[in-house]
Amino acid sequence: MQIAGAASLRQCLDIQRRVLHALMMREVITRFGRENLGVLWLIGEPVIFTLGVATLWSLANLRHSSMIPIVAFAVTGYSSVLMWRNASNHAGAAVAQNKSLLFHRSVRVIDVLITRAALEIGGASASFILLSSLFIFIGWMPMPADPLKVLFGWGMLAWFGMALAIFIGAGSSFSEVVVRLWHPITYLLFPLSGAAFMVDWLPERLQGIVMVLPMVHGVEILREGFFGGIVPAHYDVGYMAVCCLVLSLAGLSLASEASRRVQF
Amino acid sequence: MLSVEHVSKSYATRHGRREVLNDVSFKLGPSENLGILGRNGAGKSTLIRLISGAEQPSAGRIRRGMRISWPLAFGGAFSAHLTGLDNLKFVCRIYGVDHEPLIPFVEEFTELGLYFREPVMHYSHGMLTRLAFALSMAIEFDCFLIDEAMVVGDVRFHERCHYELFHKRKDRAFILVTHDANVIKLYCTNACVLHEGQLLPFPTVDAAYDFYQATMAARPEPVEL
Repeated sequence: MQIAGAASLRQCLDIQRRVLHALMMREVITRFGRENLGVLWLIGEPVIFTLGVATLWSLANLRHSSMIPIVAFAVTGYSSVLMWRNASNHAGAAVAQNKSLLFHRSVRVIDVLITRAALEIGGASASFILLSSLFIFIGWMPMPADPLKVLFGWGMLAWFGMALAIFIGAGSSFSEVVVRLWHPITYLLFPLSGAAFMVDWLPERLQGIVMVLPMVHGVEILREGFFGGIVPAHYDVGYMAVCCLVLSLAGLSLASEASRRVQF
Repeated sequence: MLSVEHVSKSYATRHGRREVLNDVSFKLGPSENLGILGRNGAGKSTLIRLISGAEQPSAGRIRRGMRISWPLAFGGAFSAHLTGLDNLKFVCRIYGVDHEPLIPFVEEFTELGLYFREPVMHYSHGMLTRLAFALSMAIEFDCFLIDEAMVVGDVRFHERCHYELFHKRKDRAFILVTHDANVIKLYCTNACVLHEGQLLPFPTVDAAYDFYQATMAARPEPVEL
């Protein structure tokens, strides 16, 4: 129970935990239902996407660099796209779809957004782990050269995905235009996001341009973790961290303003 | 203690901002009750949403020193794929209550039978209303917010709501908003009238009743289509 002004930090954290748990359980059933595979679709959807893309790329045999195994390249590339694209796309509609939940005082706009994004990021992570393990097991993919670096790159991508989702989701509650613009922008960003190339393959002038995008750094870290030094990776952890931090702060303040403006 | 201090609320419309509530103040102690009368569109539901915390006031503040319910029988938060039981679990998780001991009460009150464990999308309107009311009663609050327009159902349902709310929980505070002056007379010991954005206090329920009837007579309510 929330009593105004009198809640300690611990009570607040407890309320936060309860609310996120409740929303998460509700969201899973609402999104995936109980019938058929239910919650398995959370992993199933990205698995099918990634498998499809990996197959297409293998067939097309994109010989950017014969040094890099194509399957591992596709899995790392497409999984990282899912991280920032799915979370932000799904967060766009989250506030409108869950507005009536805000009648419960302890449920805030930010809770709804975090739940959505966490679910997508969790699904993308689970599918990434599942596919990598499967392909490593059957020998289509090498073991990661530096698992800790893989984890770090993945963590950075997750942070970026979460911050972006909160920013887009909160922004959408101010204006529909945000969602309408964001969807085409994600398509335009896809070829630039580092999923289908390594920065080192590009001419120097182009490198500078794509390196403006924070997710490119994340994918490069991830691939360096997987492939070691086969292809030199280009990234700046500091730059990506600053981008994520700025985006997080902007998203949080937008979400708190959105909370203040909720109207039924 | 609930205290509403100089609360105003306005909304942006295509014809500029429209003020719905203008400098509304009142206090409500434990076990006290307040009936708020107002014609359609007077801002009753807006006031309830502000007190519940679903919306924020444009000016002024609301202090909640006791546990305030969500607007009673509000069922808009039901998701079509969740069962009645899922929805009970959901509100219990939100408010940090164990749902197991509450199942018998909710099953008994809603009379849903097998449907309690079926997705809400297969419910009739009456079933939804009963579930919404039962969930509001499942969580214990010190003060209930009742928007009379939301509690609609047959006579038997009304009697059971009446019993749950005004007999079993007669030690609790409540705020009841309605356009029906007789409902206020029946349940409330204090009454106000929400008139042109302002909350007018009256020393007795009868005085509020008389004023409300007079304003109704002076300006008949528009016919709703």
